[in-house]
Amino acid sequence: MANLKELASRKELLTGGHRMCPGCGAPIIVRQILLASKDPVVVVAATGCLEVSTTIFPYTAWNVPYLHNAFENAGATLSGVEAAYSAFKKKGKISQHVNFIAFGGDGGTYDIGLQSLSGALERGHDLLYVCYNNEAYMNTGVQRSGATPKGANTTTEPAGKVRQGKVEWRKDLTEIVAAHGIPYVAQSIAGNWADLTKKAEKAFSIRGPKFMNVLQPCRLGWGYKPEDTLNIARLAVESCVWPLYEVENGVYKVNSKPKAKKPAADFLKTQERFRHLFKPGNEQLLIEIQTEVDRRWEALVAKEPAVRTGA
Amino acid sequence: MNGKPGWRELAEGDVVPAGTAEQFETGDWRTERPTWHPERCIQCLLCWISCPDSAIVVKDQKMTGFNYHHCKGCGICAKECPVKPEKAITMGPER
Repeated sequence: MANLKELASRKELLTGGHRMCPGCGAPIIVRQILLASKDPVVVVAATGCLEVSTTIFPYTAWNVPYLHNAFENAGATLSGVEAAYSAFKKKGKISQHVNFIAFGGDGGTYDIGLQSLSGALERGHDLLYVCYNNEAYMNTGVQRSGATPKGANTTTEPAGKVRQGKVEWRKDLTEIVAAHGIPYVAQSIAGNWADLTKKAEKAFSIRGPKFMNVLQPCRLGWGYKPEDTLNIARLAVESCVWPLYEVENGVYKVNSKPKAKKPAADFLKTQERFRHLFKPGNEQLLIEIQTEVDRRWEALVAKEPAVRTGA
Repeated sequence: MNGKPGWRELAEGDVVPAGTAEQFETGDWRTERPTWHPERCIQCLLCWISCPDSAIVVKDQKMTGFNYHHCKGCGICAKECPVKPEKAITMGPER
């Protein structure tokens, strides 16, 4: 695994001057994943904050070949690019290995682009799909998505007198992707560069479809001070709200098991979107959320093989 | 490119050179300004890997200062700086 000094000697592939919010986690994820690639990369971005803010015409923050098509088809678009590359390679017109990466937000991945992602995975293209998951449609004004957790305040499911934020549980996309039986699936966060770059390096070393679901705190939609982006994501791991784990050829490995598991409330109370949960009358909802976090955590840990062979 | 070019200035066929956002100033968004204290810096590069705006200038694998043309003053670098008791990056009001 490359250390920070090695990474720092590589070329910066995402420039500054893009218009993501101050303290946004998405460009941190993108920079780290691009730095982890030793080979040239081709990037496709789904519609979302990242796409909109990095490519405001006539400027672009990308120092790599970059394509944007639409919200729903980053998976299909990158499949096509990868298929064209494979054809050139077969004919001997190209020999250099290229890493194909798609970046999609949770809206473009959990909801709108799920069919195209699923198709790309099923067809077995050699690509890495990265979901920078900020748990709502932040670019268009914080509407709820399939990734929004229960109890979170969004503009389409606001907390008020009748409802306390989102009513439904978020869907478990990482498990949906793992069910495709692809070679590599992982969950990571913005805020643990070692975990993120290690997983990206591993993904680049594997041929076939790979998927990473990366939790990205959003200061606009989550409501916190911009400097807290990375430590809020780490709190999600320490409270087991967002476990770091990977599924390699069907074998589960939980990368971080907190010695003393923090209560989910420690994570929730750092953010404005959950503020109403701490008002009198919502104690039961907090207990429900903690119970669900525990249930999902225990179900995940139970998937690990009892005796692991090798490292 | 400075500001918004008119249609006469634009390249034909929407060909946009790579990485031109480099020329766009986002430093004027700043309300807080980071200051680097090299005497306290341990060169761990955690500020560099954590910056959303690629605004930590690294030369020969060493932190050398900020790119104030791009830095939006989010303060992540100061927050992530592990140096104790006083951090090697501190935030203050933008002048």
